[in-house]
Amino acid sequence: MVTYIIRRLIWAVVMLSIVSIITFAIFFLVPRLAGATSESLAARYVGRTASAEQVKVAAEKLGFNDPLIVQYGRFAKGIVAGADYDYGPGVEHCPAPCFGYSFLTRLPVWPDLLDRLPVTMSLAFGAAVIWVIAGVATGVLSALRRGSLFDRAAMGVALAGVSLPIFFTGIVSLVVFSYGHPFRITAPGGSFTPIEENPAMWAYNLILPWITLAFLYAAGYARLTRAGMLETMNEEYIRTARAKGLNERVVVVKHGLRGALTPILTIFGLDLGLLLGGAVLTESTYSLPGMGKYAIDAITNQDLPKVMGVTLVAAFFVVFANLIVDLLYAVVDPRVRLG
Amino acid sequence: MLRRRLGMAATGAVLALAVAACGGGSGSSTPSSSGGAAAGGSDSKSEFNAAMTGVVNPSDKKGGILKFANGGDWDSLDPGDTYYGYSWNFIRLYGRSLLMFKSAVGKEGNQLAPDLAEDLGKPSDDAKTWTYKIKKGVKFEDGTPVTSKDVKYAVERSFDKEVFPDGYTYFNDFLAWPKDYKGAYKSKDVNTDSAIETPDDYTIVFHLKQPLSNFDYFAQLPATIPVPKDKDTGAKYKEHIIATGPYKFEKNEIGKGFTLVRNDQWDPATDPNRKALPDGYEVSTNVNADDIDNRIIAGDLDIDVAGIGVQSAALGRVLSDPAMKANADNPTSTRLWYTSINGNVPPFDNIDCRKAVQYAVDKVALQTAWGGEFSGGQIATSMLPPAIPGHEDFNLYPPGADNKGDVNKAKEALTACGQPNGFETNISYRAERPKEKAAAEALQQSLGRVGIKLTLKPFPQADYFALYAGKPGYAKDNKIGLAMNGWQSDWPDGFGFLQQITDSRVIRETGGSSNISVRDPEVDKLVDKAMLETDTDARNAIWTQIDKKVMEDAFVLPNVWTKTLLVRSKNATNIFVNEAYGMYDYLGMGVK
Amino acid sequence: MSFLELKDLRIHFPTDDGLVKSVDGLSFTLERGRTLGIVGESGSGKSVTSLGILGLHKGGRARISGEIWLDGEELVGASQEHVRTLRGKKMAMIFQDPLSAMHPFYTVGDQIIEAYRIHNDVSKKVARKHAIDMLGRVGIPQPARRVDSYPHEFSGGMRQRAMIAMALSCDPELLIADEPTTALDVTVQAQILDLMRDLQRDFDAALIVITHDLGVVAELSDDILVMYGGKCVEYGTSDDIFERPEHPYTWGLLGSMPRLDREPTERLMPIKGSPPSLINVPSGCAFHPRCAFEERTAGLAKVEVPELRETEGGHLVRCHLPAERRRAIWRNEIKPNLEAS
Repeated sequence: MVTYIIRRLIWAVVMLSIVSIITFAIFFLVPRLAGATSESLAARYVGRTASAEQVKVAAEKLGFNDPLIVQYGRFAKGIVAGADYDYGPGVEHCPAPCFGYSFLTRLPVWPDLLDRLPVTMSLAFGAAVIWVIAGVATGVLSALRRGSLFDRAAMGVALAGVSLPIFFTGIVSLVVFSYGHPFRITAPGGSFTPIEENPAMWAYNLILPWITLAFLYAAGYARLTRAGMLETMNEEYIRTARAKGLNERVVVVKHGLRGALTPILTIFGLDLGLLLGGAVLTESTYSLPGMGKYAIDAITNQDLPKVMGVTLVAAFFVVFANLIVDLLYAVVDPRVRLG
Repeated sequence: MLRRRLGMAATGAVLALAVAACGGGSGSSTPSSSGGAAAGGSDSKSEFNAAMTGVVNPSDKKGGILKFANGGDWDSLDPGDTYYGYSWNFIRLYGRSLLMFKSAVGKEGNQLAPDLAEDLGKPSDDAKTWTYKIKKGVKFEDGTPVTSKDVKYAVERSFDKEVFPDGYTYFNDFLAWPKDYKGAYKSKDVNTDSAIETPDDYTIVFHLKQPLSNFDYFAQLPATIPVPKDKDTGAKYKEHIIATGPYKFEKNEIGKGFTLVRNDQWDPATDPNRKALPDGYEVSTNVNADDIDNRIIAGDLDIDVAGIGVQSAALGRVLSDPAMKANADNPTSTRLWYTSINGNVPPFDNIDCRKAVQYAVDKVALQTAWGGEFSGGQIATSMLPPAIPGHEDFNLYPPGADNKGDVNKAKEALTACGQPNGFETNISYRAERPKEKAAAEALQQSLGRVGIKLTLKPFPQADYFALYAGKPGYAKDNKIGLAMNGWQSDWPDGFGFLQQITDSRVIRETGGSSNISVRDPEVDKLVDKAMLETDTDARNAIWTQIDKKVMEDAFVLPNVWTKTLLVRSKNATNIFVNEAYGMYDYLGMGVK
Repeated sequence: MSFLELKDLRIHFPTDDGLVKSVDGLSFTLERGRTLGIVGESGSGKSVTSLGILGLHKGGRARISGEIWLDGEELVGASQEHVRTLRGKKMAMIFQDPLSAMHPFYTVGDQIIEAYRIHNDVSKKVARKHAIDMLGRVGIPQPARRVDSYPHEFSGGMRQRAMIAMALSCDPELLIADEPTTALDVTVQAQILDLMRDLQRDFDAALIVITHDLGVVAELSDDILVMYGGKCVEYGTSDDIFERPEHPYTWGLLGSMPRLDREPTERLMPIKGSPPSLINVPSGCAFHPRCAFEERTAGLAKVEVPELRETEGGHLVRCHLPAERRRAIWRNEIKPNLEAS
C-alpha cells in the first residue's frame, strides 16, 4: 500500500513536469512560430505607447532573449529553489515554490494562486454537496419508481441539465434571481466573502453559482445513480437483505446504494479534481475570482507565469484526485487490491 | 419600510422642484465647478444624453458606498505606472497631482485647475522652465505633510520603465535629465536638479529640454501625485498606495478588487475641487463584462469603471427601451478612427487622387463598419474630435448630401489627377481587429464605384507600425496607399492629439511611427509655433489651423470619432460626463 | 393446525405478454422438525413459492391469492410491515449462490450482525459475539478471525456455511433453503447437507429444501413435493417418491438424477422437451406434451386438467392414468430401466 502510494506520487511528479513542459512549450513556441520576436512579445507587457527602447528593456527584464531551455530552467528552478526578483527599490526573494512573477502586474503568482484557491474550493465543494445529494437522491427515487411520472420528469430535467451550457443556465439564473431582484445577490459581480469572515455572506454570494454548477453535474449523477440502482436492486444480495427482514429504506440505502456507489465515487473524485483546477465557465459567468477566472484572465493577457501556475495547480488536483480515487476505490470495494 | 421609502421619495420630489425653480431663475444651466451640485443649476430629468450637458440627480448628500466594476484589470493603481483615461479619472479619488481636470460638466471638465499646486504653472519666457507652488497643509494618509520633494521623487521613480512599464514617458522625454539618468532606483545618488528643482518644500521647478507651452497638462499627470520615498516599494507599491486624496485604500487585492474608505488626513480646506460625498468605494476587477452591464441596468452596480460603454448585448436592450435609453448617455470620446492616405505611394503623390478618395467614400457605410451611430461613432469630417479645444466644425470634402459619397466630384478629381478610370492600390489594417477589417471593406466597396480598386492587406497588430504600414520603405515598396489607423490623445489638447500624427518629423525610416502619411513642412512649422505659444486660446487656434491644413492636403481620411453608450447608475447622484475623459466624472458622484 | 400450511396459493405476474401463472393452486402442510423437499425444473414455481412464503413478492407486481398459515397466522392478507418483522426471525432463507447473495462490500460478520440486530435489541458487541458463535456452529474454523473477512475471501463452501449462519442467527422456526448446494462441488455438497441436517435437528425448525436435484432431497427430506408448471404433481414421503413414484414427470426426474454410485460418463435419461410456458400453459395436463404415456389416457390429458388425488396414505398424484396402470408402468417399464442403467 505504502509503496503503491510512493510509486504513484513519483508518477505524479513526472506527470506534472510533463504538463509544465508542454504548457511552457506551447506558450513559448507558438507565438515564435508565428513570427513573433522577443520584442514583439514584450510589447504586450508594457504601456500603450512604449518606445522601442522601453520594449527592449522589458524583453530583457522578462528574459525573452534566452533560449527556451534556459527560460524553462529558470521557471523550474523557481519552483524548486525559489527566485530573486528586482522590484525597484530592492531585491525580493520569492521562496519555493515560486511560480514566478506576472508579466503584467510584476507581482508574484504563488500568493495569487493561494488567494484564488479558497474561492474555487468553496465553489467546487459547495456545488459538489448539492449535486451529490440532489443527483443521487433523484437517481435513487427514479430507479425505485422506474417508469413513473417522477422518473420521466426527473430524467427529462436531467437531460436538460447535462445538455445546457453554464453560460446559458448561469445567465438565466442571474436574470431570474439576481439582477434587480429583491433577494438579489447584493454585492457587485466578482464578490467573494471568505467563509471564515462571514459564513452567511459566503453562502449568499455562492448560492446561485452552486446551484447552477450543481445542476450541470447533478443531472449526470442522477442518470448514473439511476442506472446503477436499477442494476444493484436486481442483485441477489438485495433479496438477501430483504429476507433478513430489513426495512426497505435500509435495503435501498445501505445495500442498494452502497453497491451502486463505486462508479459514482470514481466519477465524483475526477469531477471534483478537475473542478478544483477552476470552474472556468461558472467563475467567468458569475465573475468569481477563482482559479478558472484566473486562468482565463491569464490566457487572455498571455501572462505566461500565471498560466503556468494555474495549469500546474489544476494538473496537480487532477493527478491528486486520481490517486485519491484509486485509494478510495480500495476502501469502497474490498475486492479491489492495489498493486 | 414602505412608508419610509415613500416619504423619502416625496422629499426628493420637493427638493427637485425647488432645485428646478432655482435653476430656472438663474439662467445658467452649467454648474460652476467641482461637481456643480451645489449650484444646482442643471436638469435632473432623465433624458438621453442629459448627463452630457447637465448634472443628473444633483445632491449634496454625503454617505453611502459607490460600487464600481472593471471588465478587466487596472494596468496599475500606482500613480507612476498607469496609462488609462479611466484610471486617471479615478485616481483623483486617492491621489492629488499638481493640477487636475475640473470635476465639471462637459467642456468645463476640459479645464485644468490647481490641485496640489496653488495655481497653474508659471512658465519662463521661453516656456522651458515651469514653476509650481505647492499648497501647505496637504498630508499623506499617515499624517506626514506633502512637500515638493515627494512630488519630485514621484516623477523620478516613474522614470524607471523597467519597474513601471505601463506608464508614459512624457517626463522622461521632455525634462532635462542628467546624461544616462536611469530613475530613482538605479541612479540613487545622481543630482537631478537639471530636471527638477525643489528650492524649498513648497516650490517645484521643472526644466525642459525644449519649449513646451502646454506643460500644465504634464502637471496633471498622475506621475506628479506625491509618493513618500520611505514607503515606496517599487513594483509592489500598487498594493499599498499612500493616499493624498479624500479616500485611501482599505483592502487591495490586485486582480480581484479593492475598497476605498475616507482618508481622515484629507483636509477639505486645501481642496476646493472635491466634494467627497460617498463614504467609500467598492471596486471589483476582472468582472464579466455582460454581468457588469446587467447589474448596472438592474441597479446593483453603479459604474463600469473602464468607461468604454456597454457590450453589444446591452446596447440593443438600452437603445430599444425608451425608459432605459432615457437613463443613458452617448458621449463622443477623443478617439479618431481614420485612414492614412500615403502621399509616397503613387498615384497618391497627386493631391487630386487623394481628394478623389475623400469624395468617393461612403461615410455612412464606414460608420456602420465601426459599429454604428451609438457605439461606433460620429462621422468625422476633420481630425480634432469635438471634445478637444481647437475643434471646429468644417467639412472640406462633403461626400454628397446623404454622406454616402459624391461619385461625380470623385470622378472629377480622378480626371484632374490623370486617372479618369481609377487605379489600383492596397489598404492595410490590423488583422486582429474585425472593425478595421470591416471599415477597409467598406472603403473597398465605396471606392470601387469610381474605379479605385483596393486590395485588403491585413498585418499583425504587434508589428503593424514597426514593420509594415508604419515603415515608410515597406509601405512604398508594397504600394500600401491606404492604411487604417486610429489615435486618441492622452488629454484634451491639440498637442496631445495632433503632434504625433501630423508632425512629419516623427516619421522614422526604421518604422514605428503613428504618422504614416502627413508630410507637410508648413504643418511642422505650425506645430513648432504652437509649442511656444503659452496663451491657451492662441495656441488652440493654431491647432485648428493645423487640422485644416492637413485636411486641405487630404493626407487623412477621417472615419469616425468614437462614441460610447454609458448607462447611468440608479443609485448615484451628480452624474455627468466629463469631456476630459469622455466618461462619467468619478469625483463628483454621490449616493442617493 | 399445522405449523405451516399453504392453501390454494396462487402467485401470478401480469406481464406485457400475458399473465404468468408461476404458482397456480399450491397446497401443502409442514410440521416443526420436518423437512419438505420441493423438486422441479427451473421455472416450475418452486422458488417463487418460497419467496411467496417469505412475503417478498408483496409490494411488487405479483398477484397473490390463497392462504399461507404460519404458526396460526395468515400471511397473504397480513401487512407488508408485519411480514417483514417475521422475516429473518420466524422464517429465514438460505440462497443458492452465496457469492452473489451476500453483499460484496460488507464483511461476513457485519452481515450476520445486521441480521441479528434487526430482531434483537442488542449492542454491536453482543451481536458480534453471537456472529462468531454462529460461524463456529456452522463449522467455520477460527470464527473470531474470519468474522471480519469479506465474502470473496471465503471458499464456496465456507460462504454457504456463513450464509447458513446468517439465516440461523435469529433462531428461525421455518428455514427455506433454495438450491443450497447447487453452486458447490460435490464433496462440499455432502458436507453442507450434513450440516443442514444436523442443524435442523438442533434448532428443531421446519425446513423446506428447494432443488432441482432429487439427490439433495433424498439426503434430507421427510416429505417431497414435485412441482411442474406451477402446480404440485406429486406429493409424498421420501419413500413414496423414491420407491413408489407414480407420476411420469417424477419418473423422468429420477431418470435424470446423477448418482454418486454411477460412473460420471454414463448417459442419463433426460426428460424430452422443455418446461412449459407459464403464460400459455398447455391445455389439459400441463405435462402432456412431454409425457411418454400421454396416449394411454385416451386423449383425456389433452383436454382436462387432472386433479391431485390421493392414491394411498397421503401420497398424492396429479395424473389421468389410473393408479394401477401407473404402478404397473413403474414396476415394469421404468424401474428395471433405471436399475439397469
